[in-house]
Amino acid sequence: MSVYESRSEERQSAGEQERYLQANNEEFNSMFGYPNNTIKTSKYNIFNFLPLNLFEQFQRLANAYFLVLLILQLIPQISSLAWYTTVIPLIVVLSITAAKDAIDDLKRHQNDNQVNNRSVLVLMNGRMEKKKWMNIQVGDIIKLENNQPVTADILLLSSSEPYSMTYIETAELDGETNLKVKQALQVTSEMENDLNQLSAFNGEVRCDAPNNKLGRFTGVLTYKRKNYLLDLDKLLLRGCTIRNTDWCYGLVIYTGPDTKLMQNSGKSSFKRTHIDHLMNVLVLWIFLFLGCMCFILAIGHSIWERKRGYYFQVVLPWKDYVSSSFVSAILMFWSYFIILNTMVPISLYVSVEIIRLGNSFYINCDQKMFYAPKNRPAQACTTTLNEELGQVKYVFSDKTGTLTRNIMVFNKCSIHGTLYGAVYDRFGQRVEISEKTEKVSFSYNELADPKFSFYDKTLVDAVKRGDPWVHLFFRSLALCHTVMAEEKVEGELVYQAQSPDEGALVTAARNFGFVLRSRSPETITVVEMGKTIIYHLLAILDFSNVRKRMSVIVKTPEDRIMLFCKGADTILYQLLLPSCTPLRDVTMEHLDEFASEGLRTLMVAYRELDKSFFGAWFRKHSEVCFCLEDRESKISSIYEEVEKDLMLLGATAIEDKLQDEVPQTIKTLNKAKIKIWVLTGDKQETAVNIAYASNLFEDDMDGLLFVEGKDDETVEKELRSALYKMKPESLLDSDPINSYLATKPKMPFRIPEEEPSGNYGLVIHGYSLACALEGNLELELLRAACMCKGVICCRMTPLQKAQVVELVKKYKKVVTLAIGDGANDVSMIKGIGQEGMQAVLNSDFTFCQFHYLQRLLLVHGRWSYNRMCKFLSYFFYKNFTFTLLHFWYSFYNGFSAQTVYDTWFITFYNLVYTCLPVLGLSLFDQDVNETWSLRFPELYEPGQLNLYFNKKEFLKCLVHGIYSSFVLFFIPMGTVFNSMRSDGKEISDYQSFSLIVQTSLLWVVTMQVWTVVVGIALETTYWTMINHLFTWGSLGFYFCILLFLYSDDGVCIILPNIFQFLGVAKNTLTVPQLWLSIVLSVVLCVLPALGYQFLKPLLWPLSVDKVFDTIHGLRHPLTYPVRSKLKMTGSRRSAYAFSHKQGFGPLITSGMFMKSKWPRKNITHKK
Amino acid sequence: IKELGHDYTGNPGTGDCSLCGVADQDRAPPPSCRCAWNFSLSELFQGPVYLYYELTNFYQNNRRYGVSRDDAQLSGLQSALRHPVNECFPYQFSAKGVPIAPCGAIANSLFNDTFTLWHQRLSGGPYVEVPLDRTGIAWWTDYHVKFHNPPLVNGSLALAFKGTTRPPNWPVPVYQLSPDPNNTGFINQDFVVWMRTAALPWFRKLYARIRQGNYSAGLPRGNYRVNITYNYPVRAFGGHKRIILSNISWMGGKNPFLGIAYLVVGSLCILTGFVMLVVYIRYQDQNDEAEDQE
Repeated sequence: MSVYESRSEERQSAGEQERYLQANNEEFNSMFGYPNNTIKTSKYNIFNFLPLNLFEQFQRLANAYFLVLLILQLIPQISSLAWYTTVIPLIVVLSITAAKDAIDDLKRHQNDNQVNNRSVLVLMNGRMEKKKWMNIQVGDIIKLENNQPVTADILLLSSSEPYSMTYIETAELDGETNLKVKQALQVTSEMENDLNQLSAFNGEVRCDAPNNKLGRFTGVLTYKRKNYLLDLDKLLLRGCTIRNTDWCYGLVIYTGPDTKLMQNSGKSSFKRTHIDHLMNVLVLWIFLFLGCMCFILAIGHSIWERKRGYYFQVVLPWKDYVSSSFVSAILMFWSYFIILNTMVPISLYVSVEIIRLGNSFYINCDQKMFYAPKNRPAQACTTTLNEELGQVKYVFSDKTGTLTRNIMVFNKCSIHGTLYGAVYDRFGQRVEISEKTEKVSFSYNELADPKFSFYDKTLVDAVKRGDPWVHLFFRSLALCHTVMAEEKVEGELVYQAQSPDEGALVTAARNFGFVLRSRSPETITVVEMGKTIIYHLLAILDFSNVRKRMSVIVKTPEDRIMLFCKGADTILYQLLLPSCTPLRDVTMEHLDEFASEGLRTLMVAYRELDKSFFGAWFRKHSEVCFCLEDRESKISSIYEEVEKDLMLLGATAIEDKLQDEVPQTIKTLNKAKIKIWVLTGDKQETAVNIAYASNLFEDDMDGLLFVEGKDDETVEKELRSALYKMKPESLLDSDPINSYLATKPKMPFRIPEEEPSGNYGLVIHGYSLACALEGNLELELLRAACMCKGVICCRMTPLQKAQVVELVKKYKKVVTLAIGDGANDVSMIKGIGQEGMQAVLNSDFTFCQFHYLQRLLLVHGRWSYNRMCKFLSYFFYKNFTFTLLHFWYSFYNGFSAQTVYDTWFITFYNLVYTCLPVLGLSLFDQDVNETWSLRFPELYEPGQLNLYFNKKEFLKCLVHGIYSSFVLFFIPMGTVFNSMRSDGKEISDYQSFSLIVQTSLLWVVTMQVWTVVVGIALETTYWTMINHLFTWGSLGFYFCILLFLYSDDGVCIILPNIFQFLGVAKNTLTVPQLWLSIVLSVVLCVLPALGYQFLKPLLWPLSVDKVFDTIHGLRHPLTYPVRSKLKMTGSRRSAYAFSHKQGFGPLITSGMFMKSKWPRKNITHKK
Repeated sequence: IKELGHDYTGNPGTGDCSLCGVADQDRAPPPSCRCAWNFSLSELFQGPVYLYYELTNFYQNNRRYGVSRDDAQLSGLQSALRHPVNECFPYQFSAKGVPIAPCGAIANSLFNDTFTLWHQRLSGGPYVEVPLDRTGIAWWTDYHVKFHNPPLVNGSLALAFKGTTRPPNWPVPVYQLSPDPNNTGFINQDFVVWMRTAALPWFRKLYARIRQGNYSAGLPRGNYRVNITYNYPVRAFGGHKRIILSNISWMGGKNPFLGIAYLVVGSLCILTGFVMLVVYIRYQDQNDEAEDQE
């Protein structure tokens, strides 16, 4: 026991360095004190919920502030307000939050329970026994069956499928729905399902300590004195589901909290919006302001006490602890601190949360962003960022799968210098392919995919003719890939491909008669023109983003060893034999042609290998494969040894169709002054072409600027010339930015917007970008890029994508939005690191089609932003007005911290009386309806410039609040001063005065909602109805409460000390002066605000105001005009792409499902 | 609406009450002193006429003053009667530790000048006392709901207040404020009126209504004298005392503020309305021109 304890302590203190375990040896494994497989995502239990939750809540500044206030209020010397004025709102706020937390946690508890109590078969003493998930220990061997979720992170030992392959679905982990294959080690897979062998298995595993890197696992299995290397291909991660595999056995390596899934969960960084930041700054300002006011009032009190209070002691003696006016002033400072606490609105944060939640709900429920084919609505995963959507200035978009559909269609090819795929009519004129064009019939091939269509007969003729090059070309397509074929029904093949490009190529080969039938780890079965031929697979040199190519080495039935390679033309270009230069030039011409049509291109080549050369190479290869250190770079250098002197076969062209309405969307977004940067791994020409197709670049642009230098100097020169072209003066020293840079080179600062001389587009190459980012050219790059209308960064690595986003965020300080669908976009979405596979997990908003983006930004984003801004202005205004009244009153009550209102009014003001108009304003306000905001994207602009709520607006609120409070104090004061009721009794008593003031205050504040709403734009009838309801409802509610609290019967009599305003309602509400004074106050407060709102667009017009005018002019909302698609002209250069993911690697399959793979877009915000 | 007022604070050299004013300095409770205010009406003072007293520089709205009361005690609760709340300090318990009823600074500083109004119908003739109605000057709700005497003990209010003592400034205990059993104790109307604290440091409180006998239609022509029992010290803190006779319209007493304010605001509205119209037309034209030029 002592050993165990010391070890486990060690583990905790030093952190686990390495995981060491032995299969089937519970005693040994327990020495390390690994946790069991229980997971706990819940935060609280019944006993610690209250203290823990309260503790967490009081860590919030606002709540802590109110706790301090509460304590202050309990000190009788300075308590100027009854304790319940603070306690009731605080309790309400706390309990709302606590209830939300409790519900969330309850769900987590249920989830945990359900998961922990799932049962799984565990090997115990030679038999399989059912055990609960939570009781699984490290080192156990468990059996998983088809469609079961994986219990823990386990090492795959054996499975029912040939070669111990196991298919898993990782949707829960990374959102990808295609199946992945894992394969066990040869040595363990031999045990199959022999329980005796499995129980005797005593392999020892040494591997990484638990970590959160989903893409990495290295370890060594020691079994029968031999070492076997372990990698991610042998590890089944918790969160995956077993598919297409009857059973598999695995050794538990990481359990419960140590699993990669759990290590990855939680700890999500909390994104704060601009408005959050602004709000925090403003709250600080308010604090300062509050401090100032308290100080002024304390001084006032001190003077009053000396001049008046001292003599007034006849009536009101100083208390024992007040020895001088100075002491009294200090106490009064705190008393005022309590009274004026409403300046810092406690309910602000809660209300903001509620509003955001409501707006997220709108997004989730929007039927127009619901994608029916996938049955998936748009979703706001992070609810706190809605208003940022209304402020987006830069959109960083991935191309493949985001702008395009990610459905690849084999379109054209060039084989040995001949171009196939284009259709010509009888006169040799090229014909546009349309619905009517006759499709090629693949009737000779019974395994053909009926969905495949091709229009050029000559290629089929060539195949039928037995052209050796054409045959070799398609053979290579049928062999060089990592696609897996599934044949559930005889003759019905379904391919499961890692990348859609590969799928398209293999499907093409299939239709032309080179059908991939099945594959195993060592063979590939291809039906070539009806004949079944089995190739021996010797090696797969898999694709990687660096290599940009992949190869297979096979042994043909004729005992020749062939290497087939396909890859990006720029790479393959350099690896070809010099002898095929003429062919290469012809092929390059064809590639240019393909590229000009926006097709994705690949080059295909082959090489015949000498047997002895291959033997030697293969030995080296296997050695390197078992090497632990630096394996990847060694492997790639080994690969390079064999991938050279290639013979060119031809090239393929694949069409990647644009998604629906992409050009329109981009055009709309452009009009909204949102700049779109496309960050893609594609080749420059392809990217440019897509940019033209999608309207990102337009024909009438003044020029495209290319930056494609490969070293610092060229890049610098290119950037400078670009800058010169767009804005000649920007290079001069006199330019303000340059002079600023010269003086303060190191300071972080914000680059202002610059106006270019025309419409330009910038295209920058990956390696130029690397130079620019490394070589202190960041600023030049950024200035050039930001002046352009559209920017395309091609050949980007995921890390570079993130760097670009970082760059803009750093110097522009604007809201950016990154959108992408795949693992390679995650880093840009997260903005940090490059751990892949978590696209969905890391996104803030998800939706299915690119064109939903305009709705998300222009409609929902704009609304959210406007609502939030109006809410904040209004909220601050109403609280200023409310609180500042005390300030004015102080001058008339000897600065004695007397409140103007009844304590109950203070308690309920934010909570009840004014919450309805606020909610109505912030949840239902639509200044213009959705049609208009899509029709006039210009309306989006104020959000980007942050015009509707900023420090200036805040000051306006403050001034307005001061004015209103002034009016609200002095009008009632004038009214009650020495004035009588009609029965001669006076109405100038304190309680009547309070009632008049608070009633007028509530009227004014409620009416002010109208100016906020009406002021900015025309109102819709929709809003008017709801507004009426909420405004009058709220006022009505106030009077109900008033009558209840202040009437002369009911509960109020029982507790006369708490309900002191007994009978005031009855006596004062009947007085005509009250109503006259209310009307006067409302008029005086609302009219100037209305006048200001009316004059503002006339005197200081914003660009949006014109739009509002236009909207006013047009009575009926127009339907959104459908723009005709821009036609592509063939004049543009475009090019070759090889966008491809790492393949299934050396894993092979015989059966798979095909799942339609619609990309899901992930968006994330950056500040 | 007619209003007649007289400052009887008694600052030196300001008339009849100056003697009293000087005399009251620095003594609490001050000795009572009598003075008078003479005035004559040349025509009928339209009734009903109300008699007010007005105090200035008196901070009834000071927070410490305002909270220094016990509403539970005033509502006649037995328990509160003998256990006044802490807010009443230093008028919570007397020096001997006996609870004060009514407790607190407000009650302690009850206004205790008294007025009588005399009418001389013919010059040289005798002065006739004008009856002052001292009831019905408090709010109905205060008198009937908010304020209650503690339950009588053996039919005696004095016994009900047994175990309590009067506020230090008072000459008499609370149950002797008035001989009228419906107007004594906590429901003494002067007391109730006083306990409804004012919102501002200058305030008027109703002292009496004149509506009886010959005077129900108003005060007829003639000379009048108000006899004042000067008890209440205000000069210490620079306050003033005034006595006011006023009549009332449907809009209450004489307070021109609202009327003036409405006139001012109304004319301002019209003015700015014109200005805005002009501005609107001008800029509208400009905008149109700008658009045309585009």
